[in-house]
Amino acid sequence: MVKAKIYVQLKASVLDPQGKAVTTSLHAIGYERVADTRISKYIEIIFDETDLAAVDTQVHSICDKLLANPNTEHYHFELETME
Amino acid sequence: MRVSVITFPGSNCDQDALEVFETRGHTVHSIWHKDTDLQNPDLVILPGGFSYGDYLRCGALARFSPIVKEVVAHAQRGGYLWGICNGFQILTETGLLPGTLLMNNTLQFICQHQYIRIETANTPYTHGLRVGTALDIPIAHKEGNYFIDEPGLRELQDQDRIVFRYCDADGNIAPGTNPNGALDDIAGICNTTRNILGMMPHPERAATDSVSSNDGKQIFRALEDYFTTRA
Repeated sequence: MVKAKIYVQLKASVLDPQGKAVTTSLHAIGYERVADTRISKYIEIIFDETDLAAVDTQVHSICDKLLANPNTEHYHFELETME
Repeated sequence: MRVSVITFPGSNCDQDALEVFETRGHTVHSIWHKDTDLQNPDLVILPGGFSYGDYLRCGALARFSPIVKEVVAHAQRGGYLWGICNGFQILTETGLLPGTLLMNNTLQFICQHQYIRIETANTPYTHGLRVGTALDIPIAHKEGNYFIDEPGLRELQDQDRIVFRYCDADGNIAPGTNPNGALDDIAGICNTTRNILGMMPHPERAATDSVSSNDGKQIFRALEDYFTTRA
C-alpha cells in the first residue's frame, strides 16, 4: 500500500481572503509578527499498489483532472509506503 | 423553445427555472444528471444550488456526471447553454467558460438584491437590450468572486464577452457596488461563439409576478426574441 499526501494550494498570485482573515485574527491575539497566512487543502489517498512510480503517475493525473484547479491552484505531494 | 433543465444532486433552483420557462409557454424537460438524453433541447440550463454539496470545489464534481458529456456536445454544436450561479461554477470547472469562481472576499454567503449592468447586447441572452441598463437580480452565493489571469481578462474585454457587471441602481460602478470582490466587477461572461452564458445572479428568481423584482424577465424576453428572429 502507498499513501499519497497531497497539498493543494492557491497560487501566490491569487488572493486568499480566508488566509487574510486568519492573519487579522492572529494579530488580534498578539501574534503581531505574523506577516501572512495561506489556507490550503491536505488530501490523503491510499493506493492498493506497491510500485511508487505507478502511484506517482496516477497522483499527477488525479491532481490535474480533479483535485487542483489549474487556474488558481497548484499542488505537490509526497508518497509513503505503508506496512 | 425546448428547454432542458439539469438536476444534479444538490441543485435547488431547477424548479424555479422550469417554472419560469413553462409559464412563458416553452416546452420544458427536467433532466436527471444520470440521464444521457437531453430531449433535443434548444437551450440547456445548469441551475443554481450546491451540486455534490460543493465538495472539493464548487462545480468540480458535477462535471463528471453522465449528462455533462451530452451538455458539452450540445454546446459544441452551437446549442444554447446557460449556467446560473452553481451552473456558472460548473461551466468554469468543465472548461466551457474561462476563469474560476473563488470564495467571496467578504468570506460570507451573500443573499441579497443586486443590480447588474448589461455590458453587451451581442449575445442571445441580451439581444436587443440597452447596454448600460441596470437590472435588479438577486444573488445568493459564497463562491462568486470571479477570477481570471490577466491575459484571460484582456481577452474577455477585447472580445466583448463580459455580459454583466455589478453596479448600483443607476448603472454606476462605484466603491461598494461589487458584492463579492469579482475581478473587473464581472457578474457574467459568455464564450467566444456567444452561445454559452455563465452568471452568478439569478434571473429566474426575478421573473414571476409573485416576487418583488421582475427585471429578470428582460433577459428571458431577449432570449425569446433572439430565438424567434433566428428561427
